[in-house]
Amino acid sequence: MNTALIIIFGFLALSIFLGVQAQKGKDMSLEQWSVGGRGFGTIFVFLLMAGEIYTTFTFLGGSGWAYGKGGPTYYILGYGCLAYIMSYWLLPAIWKYAKDNNLMSQSDFFVSKYKSPLLGVFVSLVGVVALIPYLVLQLKGLGIIVAEASGGSISSTAAIWIGVIAVTVYVMISGIHGSAWTAVIKDIMILGIVLFLGIYLPIHYYGGFQPMFEAIEAAKPGFLAMPETGLSVSWFISTVLLTALGFYMWPHTFGSIYSAQSSKVFRKNAIIMPLYQLVLLFVFFVGFAAILQVKGLEGADGDLALLKLSMQTFDPWVVGLIGAAGLLTAIVPGSMIMMSASTLLAKNVYKVFVPKATDLQVSKLAKNLVPVVAIIALYFTFKGGDTLVTLLLMGYSLVTQLFPALVFSLAKNNVVTKAGAFAGIAVGVFTVAYITISASTVGTLFPALPQFVKDLNVGVIALIINLVVTFAVSFVTKSATSNNTNERVA
Amino acid sequence: MKLHQLLAIIPFIGLLGGVPFVNKVTPYVFGMPFVLFYIVLWVVITSGIMALVFKMDPANKEEEI
Repeated sequence: MNTALIIIFGFLALSIFLGVQAQKGKDMSLEQWSVGGRGFGTIFVFLLMAGEIYTTFTFLGGSGWAYGKGGPTYYILGYGCLAYIMSYWLLPAIWKYAKDNNLMSQSDFFVSKYKSPLLGVFVSLVGVVALIPYLVLQLKGLGIIVAEASGGSISSTAAIWIGVIAVTVYVMISGIHGSAWTAVIKDIMILGIVLFLGIYLPIHYYGGFQPMFEAIEAAKPGFLAMPETGLSVSWFISTVLLTALGFYMWPHTFGSIYSAQSSKVFRKNAIIMPLYQLVLLFVFFVGFAAILQVKGLEGADGDLALLKLSMQTFDPWVVGLIGAAGLLTAIVPGSMIMMSASTLLAKNVYKVFVPKATDLQVSKLAKNLVPVVAIIALYFTFKGGDTLVTLLLMGYSLVTQLFPALVFSLAKNNVVTKAGAFAGIAVGVFTVAYITISASTVGTLFPALPQFVKDLNVGVIALIINLVVTFAVSFVTKSATSNNTNERVA
Repeated sequence: MKLHQLLAIIPFIGLLGGVPFVNKVTPYVFGMPFVLFYIVLWVVITSGIMALVFKMDPANKEEEI
């Protein structure tokens, strides 16, 4: 075992210890387990929500994109920023309704708003299908980090198993309380490490930020802006908008929304979050610094840019700290995802079909489903190949389909009916699946359109079809019901 | 729409509407490529605008339970 590995496993042990410690003195009802008894203050909610954003995907993927794609990477800064603006109004509304109606999961929200447990089942299944690739991605990242840091002495497969077992144990024991405490260490470490790397590496290798960018511009002219076609400006705009809409639609994000003590927390967070996400800038800088220093990482290997550059620059103990931070960025979102997926399956699927199950049984089942979800994710982690990013993008597009039905349900007079919500989400999800599987782009679907339309994010199409169907079906079913009432009155 | 709600639209227009006109590497500002600087600038402006919105929003004056 080398120094780097000892440090990484030390932090893993610490996070398990904190996770298990966190539940002491609390009776672990489903409400405590999945939404922390709705008692989390500003700092915990802030860390949980930030924790879900700084995942291994941003840590390795953000630098990987900067390394391999350049300018288009900036979209990551853009969508968060716009999502936080919406959060100012969206999250307090969701939170208040959830508190008044004692909701635990994202699907509960749809069940309660549309008075339809079956819609809840449907939304849960969409949610779980979208979550699995997200979880798989965290696990892959975890494997990469530990395997790279160990210099090959621990295989990525072994690393993934160790990580999964650790997370499963602490999720089963302490639920969201464990995630919140691990998020504390993780965020402190990530902040320190990313700032250090993002400042040190450009200065060490190039003598400063501007010299670094000038060197890249000289080697690859235009790489630091968005290209004319493909990931162009219109791709940027449509992707930023779409991802901003999907931002809070993940089932596990709802768990953190419900955990807040008051709605003021979200409004305060909307001020700080945009600034906090500037940390990502330094993640980009690391990726940019690697362009001229670590040559030849093609495609998915771009995700190794941060680790490879760190390993050729620093002593093993620094690599260990970086690896530990990376490990935690996999564990916090990973644990939240496992928890939400199993809560959804137990409460919104099982309970609907077995209505006489007691709360205690549902709560037990939710905890016991954690290892099941973990095993499914492990299967796809070892089975799935390079299609992972495709799957993640599909997951994002899937959850975005929930946005129309959710947002309209917050209005005083909801124009969307149960049937409308059902039909809209179904059509949207189907379109996303078709587009993903057939690898369509707007360009392949409509080759005659001008280039800037062709570059639009293809998710836009699914969302438009979703909206049209939602309204059309709502309109028909609404007039049908009002006719019925008229007849009855007559 | 109330004034503080209108304020929140500004970043959408600035960030998404502005990018087509600033998509270039030079000049460098604070060492960053121009388009990156522009996006970062809007992130900072957004935070400021949200602070203003928070101040103006009557919802934050009420004591909450």
